Amino acid sequence: MKQFIIFVRKEFAHVLRDRKTLLILFGLPVVQIMIFGFALTNEVKNSKIIIVDYAKDIASQELTAKIEASRYFEIERSVMGPEKMDKAFKEGKIKIAVVFPENFNHDLLQQNKGTIQIIADASDPNIANTLNTYLSSIITDYQTEFNSPRVMPYRITPETRMLYNPQLKGVHNFVPGVMALVLMLVCVMMTAISIVKEKETGTMEILLVSPFKPILVIVSKAVPYLILSLVNVTSILLLSVFVLDLPINGSVFLLFAESTLFIITCLSLGLLISIKTQSQQIAMLISLMGMLLPTLLFSGFMFPIENMPWPLQWISNVIPAKWFYIIVKSIMIKGLGFSAIWKETAILSGLTIFLVAVSIKNFKIRLA
Amino acid sequence: MRTIKFLLQKEFRQIFRNKAIVIIILAVPIVQLLILPLAANYEVKNINLSVVDNDHSDYSQKLVSKITSSGYFRLTGFNTSFKDAFKLIESDKADLILEIPHGFEQDLIKEKEQKLFVAVNAINGTKANLGGAYLNTITRNFNDDIRVQLMEPGKFNTSAAIEITSSNWFNPLMNYRIFMVPGILAILVTMIGGYLSALNIVKEKEIGTIEQINVTPIKKYHFILGKLIPFWILGLIVFSLGLVVSWLVYGIIPLGSILLLFGFVAVYLLAVLGLGLLISTFCDTQQQAMFIAFFFLMIFILMGGLFTPIDSMPDWAKVITKLNPVSYMIDVMRMIILKGSGLKDVQYHLYTIMLFAIVLNSWAVWNYKKTS
Repeated sequence: MKQFIIFVRKEFAHVLRDRKTLLILFGLPVVQIMIFGFALTNEVKNSKIIIVDYAKDIASQELTAKIEASRYFEIERSVMGPEKMDKAFKEGKIKIAVVFPENFNHDLLQQNKGTIQIIADASDPNIANTLNTYLSSIITDYQTEFNSPRVMPYRITPETRMLYNPQLKGVHNFVPGVMALVLMLVCVMMTAISIVKEKETGTMEILLVSPFKPILVIVSKAVPYLILSLVNVTSILLLSVFVLDLPINGSVFLLFAESTLFIITCLSLGLLISIKTQSQQIAMLISLMGMLLPTLLFSGFMFPIENMPWPLQWISNVIPAKWFYIIVKSIMIKGLGFSAIWKETAILSGLTIFLVAVSIKNFKIRLA
Repeated sequence: MRTIKFLLQKEFRQIFRNKAIVIIILAVPIVQLLILPLAANYEVKNINLSVVDNDHSDYSQKLVSKITSSGYFRLTGFNTSFKDAFKLIESDKADLILEIPHGFEQDLIKEKEQKLFVAVNAINGTKANLGGAYLNTITRNFNDDIRVQLMEPGKFNTSAAIEITSSNWFNPLMNYRIFMVPGILAILVTMIGGYLSALNIVKEKEIGTIEQINVTPIKKYHFILGKLIPFWILGLIVFSLGLVVSWLVYGIIPLGSILLLFGFVAVYLLAVLGLGLLISTFCDTQQQAMFIAFFFLMIFILMGGLFTPIDSMPDWAKVITKLNPVSYMIDVMRMIILKGSGLKDVQYHLYTIMLFAIVLNSWAVWNYKKTS
């Protein structure tokens, strides 16, 4: 036991000596939380719009004022002619254009019919769709107003409630995702690289010939990263509660227990990579390409899994981060208890046991 | 000039000796372009809808069938109470609940006004936004249908109607992949250029071979140029590979000039490589370089407007995107490939990236010290 403590102390000294890496390790979650919490949003607002007004009458001006008042749109300028409009789109700032034909007001009054053309930059289909819907509803509102005082009878008004996330912030998706990503980064990459580094510099040999049990050499390497990760989890949670105002709706204890389980999964993955590789660069590339990329892709926090073709959906099932992400989301945001996530926990535990078993089976006391 | 030639020879030999790097250069663009656009599909369809129909009338059924036939929604089931439906939301089986109140049809006819209750699982913002908007549009259409049915035709015609015709430019089929592929090409070039150059000088530091170079009469800028040019060529090769893959797999052919596209990428690569080399001169171990490069590239990519619109960001974040080379690159890729923009349209972007390239590379040369 005393030996073990001394080994852990040696590992801590290694980790704490590299100030730059340490700074990144603690800075990364903070910066990520800030970016996700304050800069990125799925909400569509302040989109640049141009008004092509051939009518220049009371109706077109009233409608333009309504569009200007909406927070979704920002009127860039008014242009005339199709070439000018085409150029505005190609310069890339304009997302949507509205064209009022000549005699718009006149037609509306005399023939009870006016036509408005909307042209959207559909290179981003979702934004084009959303803006189109917003603009249409502004126009329809105006139409109702135009016809008043005759109030339209038989009116159905949908009352929409946004559950869990009334402001449609991105944080609710991202905080659990950032947790998974950072834990993966710290545990898998750091563990793998630090063990392989000992191999590369030749110090591993010295450790293995010592009277200390070889498996404990590896375990003592994992301890500092386990603690670092728990510190990171704590800082992410503190930031999200106090800076982002995202409360933890479920049990904090359960959240930490599940995090520890996921950390152990990651550590065993890092261990497995370090057993299989001989150089730092390869260990890095495998952890980056083989672990981080799938985590980003398949955990479901950046890319919707249900839209993927079925082979990718199937692959996502063996990515531990996916299950961890579901667990954290359920506990933190939905405030569910263990009974709701026992299945995910069981799958995650199964994956962990499998990884630990494979690592132990492949672990060799002698270097090649 | 002769010095640089020999340095280039050395660098190319080292790169091609390392099989792992060659594989990465060839495989990564193909794999990324094949998997990422499939995965990064934010197209919103098949929104899972759970209906709580307390009315069971002709109208409520018509409304539900109108919603399900729109193609955006997938009916997961009818529930008898809101509580049951809410359980489906908790377990992620439903995204949206539509509750039709008791007496919907009767009250609509009698009191001429009626409400519907919609609850959206808003954890996924995009889906919630669009799902809610779609449902509103469908309800409005349904509303219009009913109005026509219930009112005498003559009375209805007296009110003015505005007809809206909308057209979608640059991507008329609204295919999400067409939007993602140019952005992913931008990320690809950034990652390959950034990582490879960041790891390179540090590796020489770690194994100690940099000492041997430092004692030769090679000038600082010779050394940096010798490191820069091979990766610059590799970056352009990777980009061409990416263009070919996106043409073969997704049928995307740049609308704008290919020459302009390559010209811009060539300048952009200089900027990214400069950033990598700068990181490299600051670090002592490959581990550090890796983490620092990861840190910056991650911020740049997230803030580059690939996944979320820059227009919606707060002002301080918009200032950061001005200092982010990746955001210019993503913008220009989309402009030239999808919209066919010309040199005049992208000149602001081009000059800014040139400035980035000059500043980053001079900083890297300045910061590289031959004596420790």
